[in-house]
Amino acid sequence: MSVPVHTLFFAAYRDRLGISELSVDLPAGSTVADLVAELRSRGAPFDVLPEEPAVAVNQTYAFLDEPLETGDEVAFIPPVAGG
Amino acid sequence: MIFAEVSQDPIDPAGVLSRVGASEDGATLLFLGVVRDHADGRGVSGMRYDAYAEMARSVLLEIAGEAAGRLGTERVAVVHRVGELEIGEVSVAVAVSSPHRAEAYDASRYVIEEIKKRLPVWKEEHYTDGASEWVEGTVPPGTGAAADADLGRLSVAGDGSS
Repeated sequence: MSVPVHTLFFAAYRDRLGISELSVDLPAGSTVADLVAELRSRGAPFDVLPEEPAVAVNQTYAFLDEPLETGDEVAFIPPVAGG
Repeated sequence: MIFAEVSQDPIDPAGVLSRVGASEDGATLLFLGVVRDHADGRGVSGMRYDAYAEMARSVLLEIAGEAAGRLGTERVAVVHRVGELEIGEVSVAVAVSSPHRAEAYDASRYVIEEIKKRLPVWKEEHYTDGASEWVEGTVPPGTGAAADADLGRLSVAGDGSS
C-alpha cells in the first residue's frame, strides 16, 4: 500500500525546481527523510534540495524522522527571511 | 484582542495601531519594518516577499500569543505584507499596548525577532543593477535533521529590511 503525500516548494526551492507542488507516492511507514531521499534520488533538478532540509508537515515544523500519512502536506522550507 | 494577518495589500499603520490601546494602557508602541534602498553595499530597488501563507498566519498568531503572555495584555496586532514592495513600503507592522512601557517594548521586540527566526516568509531583493536574489535566511527551530540535533544549529546571518 502506498502513501500519497502532497509536497510544496517555496522561494529559492520553487525557482530552482521550476515547480511549486508535487504529489509523491511513498511506501507505507515512510518518514520525511524517506521523502527527501526519494526526491533527491530523481537527480536534477531535485538534487538541489538539501539532505536535511527544514520542512513543515501539515503546516507545523517537523523533524526528518516524522512519519508521514496519506494526504499529508509536506512543505520544503528554505531558510526563512521575514520582517 | 490578538490580531495577526498576512496581507497582499499595502499595510495601513494607523489601522494596525487602532487594534490596540485601552483606557488602562499607558504605553502604545508601533513598529514598522520598511524596505530600504541598500543591502550589503548594493543598491536595492525593491523587494518581493513570498510566504507559505496559511502556515505564516498561524505562526504569526502563535508569536503574537506568546508576546501577549510577556505583555500581560491581549493587545497585540501584527501584519506581514507579501508581494512586490517598493522602497519605503511597510513590510511588517507590530502594534502593542500595555499599562507600562517596559512590557510594551519587550513584547514588540519579541514579535519582530521571532518573525525573523521562524515565520515561513522569504524575500527576494531586486538590485539597482538589475539582478535579483533571495536573501540568505535563518533555519527555523524545530525542524531539520532530528530533535536532538536542533540545539547546536547555527543560523545563517541574514538581516532583512528591518
